[in-house]
This record gives sequence, C-alpha cells and structure tokens, in this order.
Amino acid sequence: MKQSKYKGWLYLLPAILFLGIFMVYPLIDVIVYSFEEGYNFVSQTSQGTGLYNYRYVLRDPYFVQALKNTFVIVIITVPVSTGLALLISLALSSIKPLRNLFQTVYFLPYVTNTLAVGLVFMVLFKKTEYSDGMINLLIKLFGGNSVDFIDGPHWAKMLVMCIYTVWIVLPFKILILTSALASVKEDYYRAARVDGTRPSRIFFRITLPMISPMIFYLIITGFIGAFKAYSDEVALFGTDLNSAGMNTMVGYIYDMLYGNSGGYPSFASAAALILFAVVFTITCINLMVSRNNVHY
Amino acid sequence: MKITLDHVTKRFPNRNKKIREDVIAVNNFTFEIPDGKLIGLLGPSGCGKSTTLNLISGLEMPTAGRIFFGDTDVTNLPAENRGVGLVFQNYALYPHLTVLDNITFPLGNLRGQEKLTKEQMRYKAMEVAKLVQISELMERRPSELSGGQQQRVAIARALVKMPSVLLLDEPLSNLDARLRLQTREELARIQRETGITTVFVTHDQEEAMSISDLIVVMKDGVIHQIGKPQEVYDKPCNLFVAQFLGTPPINVFEGQLRDGHVFVGEDAVLDIESKEKRYVYVGIRPEGFIPDENGPLVCSLSKIEVMGRDTSVVSTHPAFNGPAIRSIIPSEDVTGIGGETVRFRLKPAKVCIFDRGTQATVNFKVR
Ligand SMILES: Nc1ncnc2c1ncn2[C@@H]1O[C@H](COP(=O)(O)OP(=O)(O)OP(=O)(O)O)[C@@H](O)[C@H]1O
Ligand SMILES: [Mg+2]
Repeated sequence: MKQSKYKGWLYLLPAILFLGIFMVYPLIDVIVYSFEEGYNFVSQTSQGTGLYNYRYVLRDPYFVQALKNTFVIVIITVPVSTGLALLISLALSSIKPLRNLFQTVYFLPYVTNTLAVGLVFMVLFKKTEYSDGMINLLIKLFGGNSVDFIDGPHWAKMLVMCIYTVWIVLPFKILILTSALASVKEDYYRAARVDGTRPSRIFFRITLPMISPMIFYLIITGFIGAFKAYSDEVALFGTDLNSAGMNTMVGYIYDMLYGNSGGYPSFASAAALILFAVVFTITCINLMVSRNNVHY
Repeated sequence: MKITLDHVTKRFPNRNKKIREDVIAVNNFTFEIPDGKLIGLLGPSGCGKSTTLNLISGLEMPTAGRIFFGDTDVTNLPAENRGVGLVFQNYALYPHLTVLDNITFPLGNLRGQEKLTKEQMRYKAMEVAKLVQISELMERRPSELSGGQQQRVAIARALVKMPSVLLLDEPLSNLDARLRLQTREELARIQRETGITTVFVTHDQEEAMSISDLIVVMKDGVIHQIGKPQEVYDKPCNLFVAQFLGTPPINVFEGQLRDGHVFVGEDAVLDIESKEKRYVYVGIRPEGFIPDENGPLVCSLSKIEVMGRDTSVVSTHPAFNGPAIRSIIPSEDVTGIGGETVRFRLKPAKVCIFDRGTQATVNFKVR
C-alpha cells in the first residue's frame, strides 16, 4: 500500500512542478515584493520591509477611484448581463424559425476584437468637432441635451463602460444559457403541462432550478472577469485611465508596473494582493450561497 | 369517466424528403373505454400506443376525429385543462424536488376556490403516498430512489389531484422481472381501490393480459381487436393477434380445409361441419396438444424439456412454419413419449384457423 501512495504523487509530479514554477513561485514572489519597501528591479534591492506599500496604495486617491470603479462595474454588469442573457436565451429557445440566424448574430461580438468593438462604441458615443455621435443625435431627436459620453461627466462614462461590458460578455452567457435550456428534458415540461401548470410557475419551479448550476457558474466567472476588467476600459478611454477617472484595479496595477508613473513593483504587488483578497472573498461568498441554492 | 375516441386519426409530417407520405401513427380509432376500468393498449413497438395516450392527454392534437370525456367533447381542450393524470415511461420526476414536493406539485397549480393551504396539500400527498406505499420516502430526492420507488412516486403525483382519467405509458418497462410482477399487481390494486378509469400502455402481452379488464391490440396505427383478455386470447380475430398473445406463442401450420376435415400437411387433425375447400393457416396453442398413440397429428420428436408441473415437448412437422413446435403438456401425461415420432390429438377450443390470403379468422364447427 505504501508503494501506491508514492505512485500517486509520482503521477502528479509533472503537474505539481508546472504549477509550482508558473503559479506558486510567482505568487510567493508577489507576496514578498508587497512587503519590501521601494524595491528596485534593476538593483534588486529594497529599503526595508513592512506594511508601508499597503498603506500607500490604500491612501492613493487613484487606487480608491479604481476600487470604486471596479465595484460599480461588477455590481452593475454581472446581474444585468446575466439577467439579459437569460431573457434573450429564453426568447431564442422559444422561437423556431431563424433561430440559428439569431444565435449567430448574438454570438458575433464574442469573436470580435475588443478594440474593434470599442471603435464601434466610439462612433456611437463619442463627441467630436464634426459629430455628436449617434446616441447624442437620438437624444437630441427626443428633445434632450447632448452629453459627452467619452470625455464628459463621470456617470456618463460609467454608463458607457457598463453598456460596453455587458455587450462584451453577453454572447458567451447566451451561448451557455441556450444550451442549458436545451438540456432540460422536454418530458418535464410535458408533465407540468398535463398538471395544468402556469408558464410563470414552470419557469420558476422547473426551468430556473434546472439551469441554476449554469447560472451560478456564469455569476462566479462573471464576478471574477469583471474584477479583472482592464482592456475594455483602454478600448474606450485610452491608456491614461487615471486622468480619465476610469481606472480599474488591474489598470492601476498595470500602471504601477509599466505606465507613465511606472516602476513601482512593490505598490503593484500590494494592489494585486488586495485585488486577490477581494476576488477570493467574493468567490467564497458566491460558492456558499450557491451551495444552499443550487440543487444536484 | 368514460372516454370515447371517435374516428381519431393522427398524422405526423414525414421529415424524410424522399418519402413524401405522412406517418399515420393512429389510423381511424373508434373505441370506448368504460368508466372505472383498466384498459391495456397492446402492440409492437412503433404501433402508435404512446401517440394514442398523448392524444387522450391532450399533449398531441388529433388530425381528424373527436375525443370525448363522458359526454364532453375535449378534442380542442389543451392538456392543461383536461385534468388527466399521466405517468411517463421514464417517470419525469423533477430531480431538484423532494418526493413530497414532487407529489404536491400538481396541487400547487390549483387556483381560486380550489386553492389549497400547505397543510392540506401535505395531507393529500401523505394520503396517496400511503396508497402507493412510499410514506417513508417523502424527504428523499428522486435520484435516491430505486426504479420501482420512482415509479410509485410518479403514480402518486398523477393520482394526487384525483384525476378522472389516469394514463400510464409503459410504466413497468424500466423494472426488473421480479419488481415488474410485483408492481403490476400493485397497479391493479391501486386502480381497483380508486376506481379511476385507467389506460395502460405496454408491449408486453403477459402484462396486459394479467391486469387489464379490456385489451386493445393494435399494429401500425390500426386497431386489430378489442376485448376481454381471455376472449381475445381464445378467439383472436386474425393471425397477428393470435401470434402476438401467449407465451410460448401459438404454433402456426400450413393447412387446408377439405371434405369436412382440417388438414395439417397430410394429417386430418379435426373433423368439421363445413365441406368447403380452402387454403388456411392452422394455429394451435401450446396447451392444445394431447399426446395420443393413435393421434392424427404426427410430428418428429426433437426433445422433451421438463419444467416442473408442465413438460414442454419440442417437435417438428413438415407443414410447420418456424423452427420448432412447442407443446405444453401436464407432466403426468408425458409417459410413453419417446423414440422418433410423437402423435397428438388436438383440443378443438385451442385451435384457430385463418384464411391463407386475408389472415382473418375462419370460424368452424367441430363435427
Ligand atoms: N413527433 C413525431 N413526428 C413524426 N413521427 C412520429 C412522431 N411521434 C411518433 N411518430 C411515429 O408514429 C409512430 C407511432 O409512434 P408511437 O410513439 O406512438 O409508438 P409506440 O407504439 O409508443 O412505440 P413504443 O412501444 O416503441 O414506445 C411511429 O412510427 C413513430 O415513428
Ligand atoms: Mg411509446
């Protein structure tokens, strides 16, 4: 028996080595950096150890701004995109003609490059000397005042950001949910029909519980993805996110490492670990909730 | 409640582009299911049994014809409003709900005056659970139940709203032989106790024969015969029905009616009144053979299998269609059988004669 115990580990060895080199080692390194004050890549020296990096990052107004932005994006886009995806999937699975066409159309954004989609959003929202952008034209048509969505007030930028994020994540969620809906066996619906069940009750008592594992999967990955958002912001507001007030946590980390103000690996590490703690906590909460609500 | 099918036809469009014709799953069905009886729909796979059941439940709409519950025409009533209880072939229990929640699910659909409180639902559920003997399983989920238990939960769910019609689609096909025997008795008991008009689909003739008040034998969407199981067994209306019922199956010989005799090959096995000359098939039930040293039917003996109370004598005959003639004979009468040949006398009541062309039953009187 002793031998087979070692055998198991032996088989795992390649995977463990791989994970060790590419995940555990960098993680430890980041933790070490985050406690070394003023670490310098070139000279590989630091001026001491302590919590200074964390204190600095948490007091940095740019970081606080990034934290706020990230939370707003997460809290708005995850429920909205999941709910919207569910509605669209339900509609898709209830129609027969042209279903494949619609499915393809809804999936297109997924295979489109983020920056290209950003360009489209520019056309829609950006105010230039020549044009106010499509959306502003519409607003004016209905008698409103035009808003500068890209360089204007923070709420307008946030709105565009959220619409953009929802738009980007929607196709994948629709794909997952339509296949989840299709996997619910027809017999359950037939049984419910014979018993005279109302459509709303069928949805809440049968469909929803049966696709709940997939919904929770989407929510968890959605949270994680939204917390790590960065490229979408760059696509819309350019690389100088701090001055646009639209930075995210990952953006902040990137800026600390390589941006204009770059060269601060210690601050970046501290910020990365704070992000890690936040994502970890939220995911744990999610899993706990799902354990109580997702069946089988 | 009495169920009447009046010239009901169901066609499905054929997806195969080469064959333009529709699939006629149910062809011009007319029959009446008396109130409070247990009816077995019996036929080979693909003959339209499930479709018939779906038509009665309202899950499918007939292409032509009318369906009545009692005196009400329900043809255009959707399944939601027919109020039948339906047990699916694979039970279709909701996997995320406990047994109790599964059983109370139909009750939760009642609205307005009929609306029940949680307590009332629970009470009703416990009552049917007692009937199908699953009271101890109420907190489990379907995945934690055996096949037989799941089936009983499915029946309970169909019964809890006290439907006037209960439909069961091959409810026993997923069970092992022993459990099947046990549950079919239970099914018959539940039907007797509740008195609900029940239609029961199966392709197992023994199952249908043992518990049904009436059986409907069908093939390729056409009804061949309706009647009490024993009647249909003793007086099948054609060769198909005769061959479909009974294990071991009826032995079919090529034969002839001539000069007031029934000939099997060259053996004149029975004397009949009619003098007409006709080519026929002669069907003899396994229990219709009596060993007799001077019997008219001469067969070459293959082997003798003792099966306890009865003995199966396997033999061959030149006019026989098939690998081997199986006759079932009480073991005490077997003495004296041996050697190359075995001779039989026949019980006229166990002999059926069918026209060679139409395969319809030819009535005859023994002289
Ligand atoms: N939705 C459908 N579309 C097209 N043809 C169908 C459809 N449903 C059933 N059929 C056809 O109708 C015929 C009868 O089918 P049905 O399911 O009633 O058979 P069954 O007697 O229940 O058979 P089994 O014992 O195998 O369950 C079959 O030939 C089948 O192929
Ligand atoms: Mg069937």
